[in-house]
Amino acid sequence: MRRIEGKAIIELRVNGEARTVAVRPSDLLLDVLRNQLGLTGAKPGCKNGDCGACTVLMDGWPVKSCLVLAVEAEGHELLTVEGLEGKSPVQAAFVGHGAFQCGYCTPGFVMVCHAMLTHHPGAEELVMEEWLQSNLCRCTSYSEIRDAVRAVANAGKRE
Amino acid sequence: MIGKVIRIKTSIADAIPRIEAWEKATGEAKYCGDLATPDELIARVLVSPHAHARIRSIDVRAAAAMPGVKAILTGEDFPILSGVLIEDRPPLAKERVRYAGEAVAVVVAADEAQADLALQAIRVDYAPLPFALTPSQALAAGAPILHEGLGEYKLAVEDVYPQPGTNIVSQYNMRKGDTAAAFSQCEVVMEQRYFLPPSDHLAMEVRTARASITGDGEVAVTTCSQAPHVVQEQIATCFDVPTGKVRVTVPYVGGSFGGKAPVTLELLAYMATKKVGGRPVRVVLPREQDMASAPCRLGLEAHIKLGASKNGVLKAAEITYHLDCGAYADIAPYMTMAMAANGTGPYNIENLACDAVSVYTNHTYATSFRGFGHESYLFCVERAMDALAKTCGMDPWEIRFRNAIRPGCLSPSQIECTASNLGDLPECLNKLKALSHWEEGRRIRVDGRTVRAKGIACLWKAVNPPSDAISGAVLTFNADGSVNVNTGVIEMGSGDKTRLAQMLADKLRMDIGMVHVAMSVDTRANPKHWKTVASLSEYLNGVALMRAAEDALSQIRSIAAQALHCAPEEVEIDDAKAHKRSNPKEFFHFKELVHGYKAPDGTSVGDPVLGRGGFMLKGLSPLEPGTGRGKLAPAWTVGAQVVEIEMDIFDYTYRILRAGTVMDIGAPINLKATTEMINGGVSMGLSLASREAFAYDAAGVTRTPNLRTYKLLHIGQEPEYRVDFVFTPQEDAPFGLRSFTEHGILGIPAALGNALSAALDREINSLPITAEALWKAAGGNV
Repeated sequence: MRRIEGKAIIELRVNGEARTVAVRPSDLLLDVLRNQLGLTGAKPGCKNGDCGACTVLMDGWPVKSCLVLAVEAEGHELLTVEGLEGKSPVQAAFVGHGAFQCGYCTPGFVMVCHAMLTHHPGAEELVMEEWLQSNLCRCTSYSEIRDAVRAVANAGKRE
Repeated sequence: MIGKVIRIKTSIADAIPRIEAWEKATGEAKYCGDLATPDELIARVLVSPHAHARIRSIDVRAAAAMPGVKAILTGEDFPILSGVLIEDRPPLAKERVRYAGEAVAVVVAADEAQADLALQAIRVDYAPLPFALTPSQALAAGAPILHEGLGEYKLAVEDVYPQPGTNIVSQYNMRKGDTAAAFSQCEVVMEQRYFLPPSDHLAMEVRTARASITGDGEVAVTTCSQAPHVVQEQIATCFDVPTGKVRVTVPYVGGSFGGKAPVTLELLAYMATKKVGGRPVRVVLPREQDMASAPCRLGLEAHIKLGASKNGVLKAAEITYHLDCGAYADIAPYMTMAMAANGTGPYNIENLACDAVSVYTNHTYATSFRGFGHESYLFCVERAMDALAKTCGMDPWEIRFRNAIRPGCLSPSQIECTASNLGDLPECLNKLKALSHWEEGRRIRVDGRTVRAKGIACLWKAVNPPSDAISGAVLTFNADGSVNVNTGVIEMGSGDKTRLAQMLADKLRMDIGMVHVAMSVDTRANPKHWKTVASLSEYLNGVALMRAAEDALSQIRSIAAQALHCAPEEVEIDDAKAHKRSNPKEFFHFKELVHGYKAPDGTSVGDPVLGRGGFMLKGLSPLEPGTGRGKLAPAWTVGAQVVEIEMDIFDYTYRILRAGTVMDIGAPINLKATTEMINGGVSMGLSLASREAFAYDAAGVTRTPNLRTYKLLHIGQEPEYRVDFVFTPQEDAPFGLRSFTEHGILGIPAALGNALSAALDREINSLPITAEALWKAAGGNV
């Protein structure tokens, strides 16, 4: 195990690129992504792991970046909403189904949905409910998010 | 020019997505907290741990000496009072704290970690004082008085009536007809009490604000406000800066629901930057402070007495609303006024005595919340209507239909209702009956431990903006003929900017892709819009925008007439083109006209097209003291809602199966987006009514200031949603539209309460309605 005191230079793999950052051991991945790399897609909503607005993928699995230390992310592949480059079918489905209003929770929801549909391309309703309970949305009725995800999952079932 | 006629234009009816949809789906949309710069300092806030206390002393010496600390502010630094109605609130507490969570000191440091450490080193010596946590406690004899100086506070408006020596912030009394005489003739009288605790807006974006001051005194503020022009004016007023020297910028706002309408952190950000010589300072709140310190939703104690004939025709009502407005007035007096002026719900009651009182308590102060109080009093009124129906032995739908307010009736503030200013509530009820399959029965036993039940509720809402509220719009054009829209309307999720753009596209007869909207608002660039609140923007800004469009069109027609060698009246506009009425094939595209026209021989014709439109509300009057007669609002929106639940009669848990809404929205503008907005409101109403409340401990400190303990509805708990519409045009509004963006929430707490009361056969008159609350209502005790 590495021992870090003060600030240390670490390398993070983010959206397929190697990025060097100087971090304290206590620095959150969320803050480092936002403040040092300018990747502001992941949002702080509670910094307590309750809302999911800061969700990013680590080796393809969703994590709340407010519950991950930047130093813990070393050696893992990170994917943020910026890394999707607008190409995830989830994003088009969110646009088409009105799955957001203010848009603040959207990057987090998009990342969870994207990961879920990667692991479960034809996800059934219960799988969706289990996966998406990690995130909160205050604007929509959730049915729009469900419709968006279902549309992508149904396309996945046909393949 | 001769060419082929191609039809590409957007109508108001089209189901277009939000104009900013892709920016949000890709995470590119920037919110206030995304706009950090390396030069900015971070300010954190120290808050009171006491509901009510005298501040004996604050020792900041140790904190000030800590690494990275640039400045520490306390109430002594800027001894000012702020408030849009009553100037009663110090941005930082001075000598006294009046709620747990009140800002006491601010640390400005190089980064958040250093600011946090320094906060912990500040020593505040408090002498706790007795406190009052409900309106009843605060109105009781011997209650601690929160504001001894109430009589000396400056009133920023004329229609607030504080009562010095008490905790009464303001009071509005409605008197119509003769209630005493009417009650004496009533065959049926129903009387109940209701209690609603305070709760939170819980926008996903935590509030933040940033300010800096340049060498020549220019103040720049970036914030997540619904009211940038109010921020500008409040900073000017509080700190004696010329208004024009204050520039407020608002990017995308991550949800607000009324909670970002008051001016709060912006004052702290200004004070902080002033203290460090104008360097940019950002005030950062953790979620816990956003909940406990920043303003929340009001609490309410209500008493309703209804009198009716035995066949359920309402004759008289006596209503008392005591609003828990918390420690400071903010906008609570105006919510109180709205509750007084509409507090019967949408029913025709000819004899009315309604007293609405806003009361100071030692809770976090309240501000506007989705519904502006209507979501709260409607819970009480609509529960009362069900109780009255039960007393009369009538069907809850029938009693509502029979008493529904109709054109020709007088509102509580004695405004004559018309189809235009009211809409069609009976038709909403008819459609709700079909949509909810009401005739199936209200309460159905499913099996040995499950019952299904339905509850309905009517809704109405009228806003009470200041009678001089204004809005404006400026249109400029690009070389491709597309239009740029500049308004002061904020995009915070309510989708106003999309629907306004759609209305403009329809009016200019062009494709929505040719309408470019400045999404962020800058008080220096965009015309003043009162505030993006009250679901009023599509009316208030819509009128201005349509005037700007008319202005631009008349300029385009004039230029086109010269280019086409005809009279302006012979020019028709369609598909972003101006053509001769006699020959549609002879036309000019907007791109050839909007910067003036250059004829083939080089002659220049006309000038650049600049559309401008402004609008100030007209014809409103304050409530007359004593009777409450007056016109507060341009119009109402009416509707009816239903909630269907399935309850386990052994453990009192329940599932919300279906939630339906029928609303008279005036005009069919983008019904897909409208449905989404309404269902968002329904969802918020279900969350509010089924689980949300600030739970206070015995010392008056909230025990639920975070999302782990303050639960919101999550996916998997949402019901099946149904929506239908009625379209009764509001004649003075663009396309006949009516306000609707908040309204999905309005009748939902009541409909849920009515469904659960029916399921349990008990009167459930408090929120939130948890399984535990149902168990207690059924007689359970520990």
